[in-house]
Amino acid sequence: MPAPRVIVLSGYGLNSEEETLQGFLHCGASGEIVHINDLIDGHKKLADYQIMAIPGGFSFGDDTGSGNAYANRMKNHLWDEVKMFMEKEHLVIGICNGAQILANLGLVPALDGKYGERQIALRHNRTARYECRWVDLKITPNHCVWTRGMDHLHVVVSHGEGNLYAEDSVLEQIKAKNLITATYCKADGTPANSEFPFNPNGALEDIAALTDESGRALLIMPHPERAMYWTQLDTWTLEKEQLIRAGKPFLVEADGMKIFRNAVGYFKE
Amino acid sequence: MAHRIEIYASVPDTRAQVLKNRILSFQFSDHDVAAVELVDVYTVDKELTAEELEKSASILANPVTQTYSIDDSHLPAQFDWAIEIGFLPGVTDNVGNTAHQSIADLIRRPFTDGEAIYSTQLLYITGTLAQKDIDRIGAALSNPIIQRTQSKTGQQCRDDHGMGTIVPRVTLGKSAKTDIVNVFVTDEELEQIGKNGITDHFDPDGTPVYRGPLALDLPSMKVITDYFSKTEKRQPTDAELETLGQTWSEHCKHTIFAGSLDDIHDGLYKHFIRRATTDVRQNKGKQNFCVSVFTDNSGAIAFDGNYLITDKAETHNSPSALDPFGGAVTGIVGVNRDTIGFGLGAKPIANTYGFCFADPRSKPKLYRGKDKTSPMLSPRRIMEGVVAGVNNGGNCSGIPTPQGFVYFHPNYAGKPLVFVRTVGLIPWHVQGKLSHEKKAEVGDAIVMIGGRVGKDGIHGATFSSEALTSGSPATAVQIGDPITQKKFSDAVVKEARDLGLYHSITDNGAGGLSSSIGEMARDTNGCLVKLDLVPLKYPGLAPWEIWISESQERMSLAVPQDRVDEFISLMHRRDVEATVIGEFTNTGRCIVSYKNQNVVDMDLEFMHFGLPHKTLTSTTTEIRSEQNIIPVCTDFDALFIDMTRRLNVCSSSFISYQYDYVVQGTSALQPLQGRGKVNADASVLRPLLPPLEATPSQPVKGPKTYPPSLQGIALSQALYPTYSELDTYHMAACSIDGAIRNVVAVGADPDRIALMDNFCWCSPEDPARLGQLKRACEACYDYAVAFGTPFISGKDSMYNDFKGFDAISEPIKLSIPPTLLISSLGILPDVTRAVSLDAKMPGDLVYVLGMTRREMGGSEYYAYVGEKEKGTARRGNVVPQVDAASALKLYRTYYEAVNRRLLASGIALGIGGLAVALLKTALGGKLGLSIDLKRMLSRNIEREDYLLFAESASRLLVTVAPQNQAAFEKMFEGQYFARIGEVTAEPELIINGLKGLTIIDIQLAALEKSYFSPLADF
Repeated sequence: MPAPRVIVLSGYGLNSEEETLQGFLHCGASGEIVHINDLIDGHKKLADYQIMAIPGGFSFGDDTGSGNAYANRMKNHLWDEVKMFMEKEHLVIGICNGAQILANLGLVPALDGKYGERQIALRHNRTARYECRWVDLKITPNHCVWTRGMDHLHVVVSHGEGNLYAEDSVLEQIKAKNLITATYCKADGTPANSEFPFNPNGALEDIAALTDESGRALLIMPHPERAMYWTQLDTWTLEKEQLIRAGKPFLVEADGMKIFRNAVGYFKE
Repeated sequence: MAHRIEIYASVPDTRAQVLKNRILSFQFSDHDVAAVELVDVYTVDKELTAEELEKSASILANPVTQTYSIDDSHLPAQFDWAIEIGFLPGVTDNVGNTAHQSIADLIRRPFTDGEAIYSTQLLYITGTLAQKDIDRIGAALSNPIIQRTQSKTGQQCRDDHGMGTIVPRVTLGKSAKTDIVNVFVTDEELEQIGKNGITDHFDPDGTPVYRGPLALDLPSMKVITDYFSKTEKRQPTDAELETLGQTWSEHCKHTIFAGSLDDIHDGLYKHFIRRATTDVRQNKGKQNFCVSVFTDNSGAIAFDGNYLITDKAETHNSPSALDPFGGAVTGIVGVNRDTIGFGLGAKPIANTYGFCFADPRSKPKLYRGKDKTSPMLSPRRIMEGVVAGVNNGGNCSGIPTPQGFVYFHPNYAGKPLVFVRTVGLIPWHVQGKLSHEKKAEVGDAIVMIGGRVGKDGIHGATFSSEALTSGSPATAVQIGDPITQKKFSDAVVKEARDLGLYHSITDNGAGGLSSSIGEMARDTNGCLVKLDLVPLKYPGLAPWEIWISESQERMSLAVPQDRVDEFISLMHRRDVEATVIGEFTNTGRCIVSYKNQNVVDMDLEFMHFGLPHKTLTSTTTEIRSEQNIIPVCTDFDALFIDMTRRLNVCSSSFISYQYDYVVQGTSALQPLQGRGKVNADASVLRPLLPPLEATPSQPVKGPKTYPPSLQGIALSQALYPTYSELDTYHMAACSIDGAIRNVVAVGADPDRIALMDNFCWCSPEDPARLGQLKRACEACYDYAVAFGTPFISGKDSMYNDFKGFDAISEPIKLSIPPTLLISSLGILPDVTRAVSLDAKMPGDLVYVLGMTRREMGGSEYYAYVGEKEKGTARRGNVVPQVDAASALKLYRTYYEAVNRRLLASGIALGIGGLAVALLKTALGGKLGLSIDLKRMLSRNIEREDYLLFAESASRLLVTVAPQNQAAFEKMFEGQYFARIGEVTAEPELIINGLKGLTIIDIQLAALEKSYFSPLADF
């Protein structure tokens, strides 16, 4: 199968489209950044792509709730195309603001196939403040395509509204269906147990990432595209000294790249 | 009729909880706050059907966590007070605007002129509070300059069925006309016009009401009178006078730096700053890296064969004093436009900040009016607002903020300093042409893009050229709208630029259209602008207001006529408003019309060069020496802990964590370094993502190595305001050395560093202050040349004085300490060689590079000692002095050691000296240090406290792996260096004194507490 074609959405204050596309291209995909209005105007067609990435950013300045206004624009103009995209064997990822947009669009978790129904919310951080911090994630072994073969991820969060909330009944289903894909943990791998700053936002059950029932969609608050090269990490200068003294070569990639490689690899099966 | 949509939290709301804690922190002695509920309110000033309203409310509320009501308040079962906070008419309401866009998009029906949505926040408070407590809460949560608050008791609210509907629509009664101003009057009257501005109207009692200061002095006014009587043979219009007020303002023309001072006839800027750059470029010959200096919105240096790096730092002090949040947002977003407006448009890749405040825990009583009227905002309010403003502006714009500082001094209580800086990236060539060269051509359309024009920001440029007094106009502040700017920034820099759709672009900053178009018109020697075409926020603006308004998030472009349609269509597809408002001509005239009548018609030559040069004189001030008998310390542990708690030393990570420093994926050395996450003085970015070797059709199999573009940039800044009162020459030298040394410490090539100067001075009418300024400028020349570090851009802000009254209505003037911020931009050929500050391995050796001298004047230690003794800082006598030749030699050797990867960690010694460097090295690495002060190289110091806290320049602290000891020591042979100890696994800091005794033995846990706690609650 040829390399998948990726569409990375942009516009209205999304801002991580370039580095998000870079992750996919680095792993061998082809793709491009497309302004949402070019989809609405019909200059570009969602049907021409196999992976849709909604990157991080500050669409509409988080006004009326993070991701809400951008999701509304997609709903108002692109809902049929989005639904069709979800029904195919395609992949979808929403990172940070993109995750908030997926939640507001009702694409994840979409329990019982109810695409379009908002089932979870990403509320203001418990500190009611923007938090840019390095965190550790424990990856749950589940059916999610994006996180195959991963067990942990040292990654950075950068958001004001990542406090995942769902009603009890929804949360139970999420757990029963094993949709929790990553949880915040301490450096030693033990659960964050809602403790700040290990869980940086107060998310229920320390949830950092969720998938849907198909495993092809990933909603993730932390930024793998900011932890995909070694020198992006907060700890690389310490690792550098350790490598120098052990006589080992430096690294190029970091663990965040695995997410992009998994997505591209999916189409090669 | 307007409709009111209220959105309620249906599950516990974290924002309400944080608000409650904030309100509790106001400490109402015998009262209590039991609960706070927060409601988001949208007042929809548009006719909608019931169905449309229902749909609108449903997209504004999140069904998982919120419910809503329409035109019917769902009052909580129990509450005692309701407070509603909203914007005053005309103030930018981003949330309201987004709701407007979403709803127009939903109902597929645009809003017509005058229709709008206004956002407010409503608080229901349960607790035994009195009206005065509620007023206090309202005052603490809002700013009367931009916001209104309304409160009701629970009972009243129930009786009224809610808060009622207020529509803050702008209604301007005035007719939009142009006045002729009589300037053929006496000198006295002329001076009044220049100072107070044009008379707008008279109050019923006959008192004149002015439009706001023109800030033109008598000589300038006389030149204007002369020009109009002799050349134009008529009186000027209000718009013409306002144009000259803006164009000739200190803010725009930098009259003090341009004026003749003593025997420096070409002025401080040309004589010292610009000449330094010219000489450095000449000295460097083929190694010159400057590409565009002092001529554009930013300066630019060569990065590699394909790209330039641009840099610009600005201040936004006066607006931030009045409205800290709005002032700071518009400051950061404004300096972003200096990047977008560089050459054909650079992409902003990093912001940095520098804040100077008074202690946020202090409560100085300062009033702009007599009898305790018009109080200055408290240092805490200013700090919180400014920090939040840069958070909003920087984060929303998707630009990383990897570096910054906060500095405290009591004299910033009347005027905070808000330094904001943006670094940009632009290809050398765009469409085959050099990207840094731009020129409007005759016939090009003048196109304005971005936000609409309102009354906001009128008189901003002239206002910052005056001291802050009670007459300061509220219209001088504005709320930023970063998303509007982000939209056009992307559309311009990522699309229109590379399509070659325009010839030139510039920022509409201070002075609005009058400045930007006036400036661009010099390319073609003329312009013709039709103000009726300018899109307005609301009707009723007078022509002069449209012309000089500083409404934010706008830029002006010169678009060739045959590309206008394509350009406008692209902007519209990106939801950016773009309007042709005139064209560039070669008539030699600046002509501005409104409804077919010329409101400005002047010679461009006069507009730009008519301003009379200032002639200034200065005096030098003898500093009396101070008797300094500093008591000998008996408890060094306590002293060390106390010093780590100082606001100028302790962690400001509460700021770092709320500014996105990783967006764009470029970070390499971050603002918080080491496992211990301590604040660093310099950061490193890798501006270009690694090139993709694999083409899309040839997927990469597994991880692989490739030759990436590893080149990086290092960013830092330095300032030493406390040295100013002793010696501004050495103050400036230390700032330059400090800014250079900080980027050298992380691995920048000392021969590829560019600088920027930002002078924030006070009382420029005082010859003694001018004398201090002159000395600082002399040092700028001497040290920039000696270090080979050119200035590529700079700015000055001269009037940083507060004039008002104290608590007993006595007049008071509070001036900032003369402050020079030097920003540095360094290049690293390979980011994997970057050096962070944290200790890495137990057993590593600790070295101090450089000589420590008895230079305690202006030091943080003396401030501490004085404050402990008598509540105010001791000044001291001798400030640190810089020997540039030996420093440069040391830095070059350091760079060689970096390139040979001999350094495990490195940090420049700055405020707080050796002690602070040791603290950060240890806390950063979460490793102990064992240090012997006897091994320190020093001159004339027999005291341990001086060794620890002296701020002598040009010093660094490094750790080195034992196996590199010989190579390292050999490299530094013949220079000042000393091995003073080693890194230990035990988490403690041990320092042995001059007599061989252990004088300090502190657990890292105790240092962590003292270093991280002072600002932790902000």
